[in-house]
Amino acid sequence: MACESWKEKLDTYLDGELPEKEIHDFDAHVRGCPSCAADALRRVQMKRAIQTAGKHFTPSDDFRRRVQQSIASKPQRSFSSGWVFAAAFGLILVVGLFTSSYVRMHSGREQIYSEIADLHVATLASSSPVDVLSTDRHTVKPWFQGKIPFSFNLPELQTSEFSLLGGRVTYLDQTPGAHLIYDVRKHHISVFVFQSQSVNFSASLGDSSLSPKKLPFTMETWAQGGLRYFVVGDAGAADIAKLANMFKAAAAS
Amino acid sequence: MTSRSFEQLAMPHFERLYNFACWLTHDRQEAEDLVQETYAKALKGFSSFQPGTNFRAWIYKILRNAFLTSRTGLKAAATVPLEPEDEEQVVPAVMETPESILLQRSDWQLVQKAVEQLPVAYREVLLLCEVEEMSYQEISATLGIPMGTVMSRLSRARKTLRDGFATAAAASKGVN
Repeated sequence: MACESWKEKLDTYLDGELPEKEIHDFDAHVRGCPSCAADALRRVQMKRAIQTAGKHFTPSDDFRRRVQQSIASKPQRSFSSGWVFAAAFGLILVVGLFTSSYVRMHSGREQIYSEIADLHVATLASSSPVDVLSTDRHTVKPWFQGKIPFSFNLPELQTSEFSLLGGRVTYLDQTPGAHLIYDVRKHHISVFVFQSQSVNFSASLGDSSLSPKKLPFTMETWAQGGLRYFVVGDAGAADIAKLANMFKAAAAS
Repeated sequence: MTSRSFEQLAMPHFERLYNFACWLTHDRQEAEDLVQETYAKALKGFSSFQPGTNFRAWIYKILRNAFLTSRTGLKAAATVPLEPEDEEQVVPAVMETPESILLQRSDWQLVQKAVEQLPVAYREVLLLCEVEEMSYQEISATLGIPMGTVMSRLSRARKTLRDGFATAAAASKGVN
């Protein structure tokens, strides 16, 4: 094999990613080829330089403490009587057998609702909530092309009291989606669109309108055409439903 | 899985995550916000983590996604050069000495500056490989890109650095 062919694989070799069967041949070649040996040495020097330079930033003790406190587990209660614990454990186990499935699904739903509400609130609290600032759906929709792995239709607003403020890319369960912000009588409403298959518990969410616990928002969610939609805001339920219906009509067109 | 087991799994990565966040954001305050957000999201989504799978790749992926949705991240992502990646031929290194001399002189500031100036798509893959010592497969899982793209981005990142070192060495020689 010519030297150039070996050199093409030199980085892979030094990264330890060369298939085992090729390593022996490679070792033999590098030992007998001054050019490749010098090149390998040079690249090892560069790797070491990047490794050293790359470990540059150290967090403060105060910051470590803050993060640790924010994730610290709560202290466990101790039981003085073993049989009380055993009885309680047995009871929990029996009840758990009947309810675990429901609880898992329910907590999954609650988690998604609270995640959506978090995204809505965090975005509105931001100094620049949208990355594409436009009231024109023909500007906002193309902006998402290439940024998210699907396309969707936006409703025509001309005859409605809603106005589009803009949009941004967002993430739920580490998958990308579209976040659109609308305005109606000084209330902001967020519309989130994700691929149905990407959202955990999507099937259990169904089509529903609800006010999630502890959240001062109305939320509507449904699946349509392989996409999962969420409409959330502090506007009245009628406005949320109206905007949701406009999206349903646009998706069906 | 409890918050205690989360803490046991997550805290050993704290310093490295912070370092990686600093390299992504170029700003210590932003990096702190990013790490804090990462830990909050990871704890919240810990029930979705599959025990036995790669926790490091999982938490780095959360950090990177949080970065991509931040103002700095969106701005950085928008500046990624749109060049073909998987089709690229790996360019063999040319036998040159100035960059070797530069590296031998341990000019870490120059190396840091060169890495900082890389587009974020190249910088992240290079740091995950060299500093975090992740395998190509782990990087692929963390960044959500194919292995071929990992290799081509690494190759481009290294070539950009080599070219930068050669230029800097030539300039340094000219000054001296």
